[in-house]
Amino acid sequence: MSQLPPGFDLLTDDRDSAVLQLTGDWIQGQTHRDFQVLKDELCCLTAPELVVDGSRLGRWDSILMAFLLQSYNQCQEDNIRFTTRNLPDGVNQLLDVATAVPPHAPSAASSPPWYNALSPARLVNELRHHGREALAFLGELSIALWRLALGRANTRFSDFRQFCYQAGPDAFAIISLTSVLVGMILAYLGAVQLQQFGAEIYVADLVVIGMLREMGALMAAIVMAGRTGAAYAAQLGTMQGNEEIDAISTMGVSPMEFLVVPRLLALVVMMPLLTLYANLLGIIGGGIVAGGMGIAPLMFISEGESALGMHHLIVGLIKSVVFGLLIAVAGCRSGINSGRSSAAVGQAATEAVVTAIVYLIVADAAINIICQQLEI
Amino acid sequence: MSDPHIQIRNLTMAYGSRVIQQDLDFDINRGDIFVIMGGSGCGKSTLLKHMLGLLQPRQGDILYNNESFVNASPKQQDSMRQRWGITYQSGGLFSAMTLAENVNLPLQLYTSYSDADRADIIAYKLALVGLAGYQEYYPSEISGGMRKRAALARAIALEPEILFFDEPSAGLDPISSCLLDDLIEQLHDSTGATVVMVTHELPSIFGIATNSVYLDASSKTMIAYGDPKQLRDHSDQPVVRQFLARESGSLQEEQV
Ligand SMILES: Nc1ncnc2c1ncn2[C@@H]1O[C@H](COP(=O)(O)OP(=O)(O)OP(=O)(O)O)[C@@H](O)[C@H]1O
Ligand SMILES: [Mg+2]
Repeated sequence: MSQLPPGFDLLTDDRDSAVLQLTGDWIQGQTHRDFQVLKDELCCLTAPELVVDGSRLGRWDSILMAFLLQSYNQCQEDNIRFTTRNLPDGVNQLLDVATAVPPHAPSAASSPPWYNALSPARLVNELRHHGREALAFLGELSIALWRLALGRANTRFSDFRQFCYQAGPDAFAIISLTSVLVGMILAYLGAVQLQQFGAEIYVADLVVIGMLREMGALMAAIVMAGRTGAAYAAQLGTMQGNEEIDAISTMGVSPMEFLVVPRLLALVVMMPLLTLYANLLGIIGGGIVAGGMGIAPLMFISEGESALGMHHLIVGLIKSVVFGLLIAVAGCRSGINSGRSSAAVGQAATEAVVTAIVYLIVADAAINIICQQLEI
Repeated sequence: MSDPHIQIRNLTMAYGSRVIQQDLDFDINRGDIFVIMGGSGCGKSTLLKHMLGLLQPRQGDILYNNESFVNASPKQQDSMRQRWGITYQSGGLFSAMTLAENVNLPLQLYTSYSDADRADIIAYKLALVGLAGYQEYYPSEISGGMRKRAALARAIALEPEILFFDEPSAGLDPISSCLLDDLIEQLHDSTGATVVMVTHELPSIFGIATNSVYLDASSKTMIAYGDPKQLRDHSDQPVVRQFLARESGSLQEEQV
């Protein structure tokens, strides 16, 4: 069957109406005259009625329907009566269904100009909004923790145990790898400088103090932010999308107690343990490098022992607790405040990691300054 | 009136070693509104997933237009699926896309329309389901009933020969679900598509179905086949009559 190109002609009838004559095959793969052309012609139309005539119409599919629907809507706008004749039954029926509900007028809010994104007022506003949200979250969290301390919180111990497992033993492999390597990096870095003074032996001090005070906790925290913080955000974001968080709230259980508290406690408990483990492996890594440079293991150990001060260890552990808290807060907050779509969950996970790392570095700097002032 | 469009031949479905239904054998005629019914958990969604090729049957075959679907190559299966429109029990709209993008996706994948034509067609398809003007909304921004209709708009984007619905009206109020039934019937009448629908909403079953099959959970097979109104009055299976007449006597029996 040969195909005729689709077309239409707007004729004026003897009586008071215009006739839109459809011709040819209105199907996929045929180029048709644009609706815009008809729209322009309709605008100059004075007749009170438009009759669509399908007597010379060939085959048709959705493209015809889309065209007719647009013509119909245009006629409604211009107060022109829209009638049809000689159209196939299917077309008439579909048109009836499609025009049964008047179109929803999208809200008139025009999109703001692009430079609005740079306006300082907007930035300040956003920051304020962010701060308020963070404060509200912390407030609710404090209440939940307080209730937990009173023994009245709806927190399940089994959840807590499972999160501990995920945040602890499950993370051993990756923590081992990163901390051994960080220990080695520290040792190399120091060795190059110390060698110039013939003081290679102090590599041991550098590695021990560096790992205990700083790198052990920080590296463990960064790995956990990427691993566990993002997972928390994704879990809670998905729950938000499935209306699970709504379900929990309507059951009269605070999502904060039920979902956030066990995750937070798990991280806070596991982080110091992971940090201890990271410290140990980092020092071993440093020892390997030192061995390669001709420092006997026994010398490394005895020098390291003399550098190992309780206060370094404690500063590192305090940091790790703070870091665990910050990672959990960043992850859970992004998750709970996430939107309901799958893209929003991805965004929440990204946001969780980024904010967690920013928090970590700011907190680390702050703790270091405080320690320096207190001469610890 | 015996022009079989879809034929189920001796089908056995199982998850691992757990058989869900066996010895299913029936035809779905061209232009039917065919309802798959049965109690919750009897395997209706499972049967639909087999018909869609999402699951492999343990035994038996499914034929479309007298061609085996089960034994077709994945490529042939894909080309057969292009002629189908599907809505899923839990929606299946892509939540990260607007309604327009959702409807656009199959058009973009399988048609040669220009961008401008596609935009017109999207507007038309959304108007068909009563969602004209909602192009830029995300699924999370519209109500549950609207989401069902949006899923329908995506399903009919390609002018399908066969429409599969898994519980289209579940979770809707009676009026909305009645409107949705009307819509399905109108689309069916005007396009002549074959409709295969899983539902246990009696009003839809009696309102629009022309043929049906009843899957039984305890005997793990089909125990009735035919026009649901006939089945309600004349089925030799008491369970089916009770299901269709909405009596609870059989409930315990069914859940064994
Ligand atoms: N992925 C799966 N793996 C194993 N078993 C499954 C799986 N999906 C479903 N089942 C089992 O198969 C049976 C049939 O499930 P199906 O979802 O087909 O029920 P249904 O008839 O659609 O019920 P409903 O009306 O509640 O939707 C159920 O007993 C279910 O437990
Ligand atoms: Mg189901």
